[in-house]
Amino acid sequence: MRILFSILSFLFTAALCYVLDTNSVLKLPFGKFLSPQSGIWQNAESFEADFSDNLKFDQLIGKTNVYLDERLVPHVFAENESDAFFVQGYLHAKFRLWQMEFQTMYAAGRASEVVGDVALNHDREFRRLGLVYAAEKSLVEMENDPTSKMACDAYTAGVNQYIASLTYSDLPLEYKLLGYQPEKWTNFKSALFLKYMAYDLTGNDKDFEMTDAKASFSKSDFDLLFPSKQDALDPIIPKNTFFSFATIQPAVPAFADSIYFDFLKGTIAIPEVEMPDQFNGSNNWAVDSSKTKSKYPILCSDPHLKISSPSVWYEMQISTPNSNVYGASFPGAPGIIIGFNDSCAFGFTNAGRDVKDYYEIKFKDDSKSEYWFDSNWVNTTRRIEKINIAGKPAFYDTVAYTIFGPVIYDASFSGKNNQSNKNYAVRWSAHDNSNEFKFFYLLNHAKNYSDFQQALPYLKSPGQNCVFACKNGDIALHVQGSFPAKWKGQGEFVMPGFDSSFMWQGMIPQSENPFQFNPARGFVSSANQRPTDSTYPYFIGSNYPVYRGLYLNRKLSSMTDITTADMMKLQTSNYNVFAEIAMPIFLKNIRVEVLNENEKNYFKKLENWGFVYDANTTAASIFELTWSKLTDTIYNDEYASKPKNTARPYRSTLLDALLRDSSYKFIDNITTYNRETIEDVVTAAFKSASLEAFQLEKQNKLSWAKYKDTHVDHLLKLQGFNSEHLKIGGNENCLNATKSSHGPSWRMIVNLTPNTEAYGIYPGGQSGNPGSRFYDNGIDNWAQGNYYNLWMMRAEEKNDSRVKWNMVFSKK
Amino acid sequence: MKFITSLILMALLSFSLCIFLPWWSIAVACFLVALSIPQKNWVSFVTGFVSLFLLWYGLSFWMSFQNGHLLANRISKLILEQENSFLLVLITALIGGIIGGFAALSGSLIRKNFKHA
Repeated sequence: MRILFSILSFLFTAALCYVLDTNSVLKLPFGKFLSPQSGIWQNAESFEADFSDNLKFDQLIGKTNVYLDERLVPHVFAENESDAFFVQGYLHAKFRLWQMEFQTMYAAGRASEVVGDVALNHDREFRRLGLVYAAEKSLVEMENDPTSKMACDAYTAGVNQYIASLTYSDLPLEYKLLGYQPEKWTNFKSALFLKYMAYDLTGNDKDFEMTDAKASFSKSDFDLLFPSKQDALDPIIPKNTFFSFATIQPAVPAFADSIYFDFLKGTIAIPEVEMPDQFNGSNNWAVDSSKTKSKYPILCSDPHLKISSPSVWYEMQISTPNSNVYGASFPGAPGIIIGFNDSCAFGFTNAGRDVKDYYEIKFKDDSKSEYWFDSNWVNTTRRIEKINIAGKPAFYDTVAYTIFGPVIYDASFSGKNNQSNKNYAVRWSAHDNSNEFKFFYLLNHAKNYSDFQQALPYLKSPGQNCVFACKNGDIALHVQGSFPAKWKGQGEFVMPGFDSSFMWQGMIPQSENPFQFNPARGFVSSANQRPTDSTYPYFIGSNYPVYRGLYLNRKLSSMTDITTADMMKLQTSNYNVFAEIAMPIFLKNIRVEVLNENEKNYFKKLENWGFVYDANTTAASIFELTWSKLTDTIYNDEYASKPKNTARPYRSTLLDALLRDSSYKFIDNITTYNRETIEDVVTAAFKSASLEAFQLEKQNKLSWAKYKDTHVDHLLKLQGFNSEHLKIGGNENCLNATKSSHGPSWRMIVNLTPNTEAYGIYPGGQSGNPGSRFYDNGIDNWAQGNYYNLWMMRAEEKNDSRVKWNMVFSKK
Repeated sequence: MKFITSLILMALLSFSLCIFLPWWSIAVACFLVALSIPQKNWVSFVTGFVSLFLLWYGLSFWMSFQNGHLLANRISKLILEQENSFLLVLITALIGGIIGGFAALSGSLIRKNFKHA
């Protein structure tokens, strides 16, 4: 009996240990997870944590000092470049390893390995889009270039040295939560990350949605809904700039009118897939010495991206005998992306050109081994994608590659639930060879405008508006990227894939990309608006945000004696030109006599409002509600019978239309006998918006910040790891383009005085560890519109009180 | 006296083993101590439980305290759906205690088998 008890007790203890050590029984291995000496408590970084260290590695050539300041920003002083990139890789891994790896697994369509089959649709979409294929091509190009190979090799070695030093107890928290281990870093992963950014910035397209709009409306209605010009236009390169003749003249296919511009012909199924935010935009500008108080140029840049924790940015300074550069880097890639060196500063906004088109493919049979092209059956290349899934057998997907690119959608895959029996190949510029690592490398080393120009051709995708300013007084803005030369309307809809005449006929030569250098107006700027007016000899589409650019140029034109403080005010401005232009429509057409007391009260708020989207204002919420109700009232009747997700007009289109024509065709509700007037619809929209506003006000949720509800979520949206309900104003049409989970991801202002004066902030913190006080320490300051001083440290300042820790890297 | 000695030995040995071995070596530690120092079965259980409860409570509380309970608040929100760092420390200590208790009980029971064999 006693023996039985002994055995039972022993087995029970062993079983308990097993259950608490694995996640196959309970959701978490609670023993392992909560063990103070190896589990999550090890990630509870002490407020007194000491980051100083003395590290020795075989790969290093010389000695590198890293001075970490009070915000945990590293100032790296290396004796040569290879060591500098090694140390950058090491630091990225030390502070952001989980994020780096997760983002590249996400990019590679491998998220299912970590989170299970909830990510299978995502993984399939990314594989089918050819992200891995694109990264493979980019890797070859990058490794063919000795400089970028050196940078990536050293960077990868640094990451891997950090990974090799890890025990279970040192693992980032997320690995312990999800129960997996980091794998080795590779140059390929860095390439994947840059391709992910290309996806994020060029991946949004409406080709299918527009194809159904074309199929659903007559040509005249379509032209009203999707006009090719925007009224309130102030392009990046000012109007009346002279452009030389286009060297590529794309020919319109002979039968485009009958099979491509074919209105009111059968609709197609729109794939229901994820898309990057269409407002992945940004602002950047530079003013020359004639406009500044310091008599030196000032450059500003604030890229608008999805805001999440850990941040996509990691701030650092890298100093070597060849260069000294400070700014925001991407954990996952060597170099500084947006920043400044001792001579100049650089920043980006998204060019927003359409570089992703679809072609309908006809296969001979289900094997997808041949497709009909130029009157022949042509062979495809098939690529088998194996998608591993946590806790389940692997999923195999066969992707056929055509002359255009991979067949992304077919009967086996067209997103969540919208099945289509048609096959569509995608032509995407990110599939073309490119080496963006070299671009950033050269940019980081640029000493003058000519160096900047040398770097530019290496940036092919994503296309960017690159702003540049130099201490010698030069300022410039180049619309840079590899852009197809398209005939008018090419690629706005899904194209036929059986004939070569619909293919892209060439890329616009580098020298014919629009740019501006030291313009007489004393500034260059971009806010994702149309790059040029209609005199630019290439077709550039029409989907560009209008209003931030209008306000920015209005302010920059009138400002003089500009200081960095003025620029901070401008960069965080909540003024909304859209509201300014649209308000007269409301004030003129709302029939005040039919309003009740509450509605009158709201109307007065609109009347007295200065179009500023501050956190506390309620007028902004009332305005936005009214505009959204008005849009619904005007278009919902026409769209009721159209396929779900058919493209809808842009905000600017409706605004332009109502300003121009008070009897705009779509105002009339086609389901009623009456003919509605603009007063009818605006008043109805306002009354309906007021009702909703009143409900919100009762719950104390009408202030703009509460209505918009900005939050910075952890990449996995883990409850408790997010920063919620931030008190911040702004909107996509304000320079402070902060939406609910999207906005200025890095704000930077650089005054190019002899001793550079720079400011910056991002919504996050330097550490990716949710258990660190540096995880989210910048978020509140960011929300309040404050900036940190960006300290371009000199080596002799190592005893400065801002230096808190010193890491020394040297040869073993 | 045996109680105190066992209690301290279990905690010390658990702590030392965990520096090199996985977390479940606390079970080994308590088992070995109970095997070598005879006590009544239930007393052994209590010794193991109290020893590891205190050790894990102390360690996790200290780390959490130095961290301003930042991490504990996040983790408890995530897995317990409430911001309660104290509860997370308590659960940690209970897990340590239960493993310690049963391991010690096993040690004690097996020792008696050998004695009677």
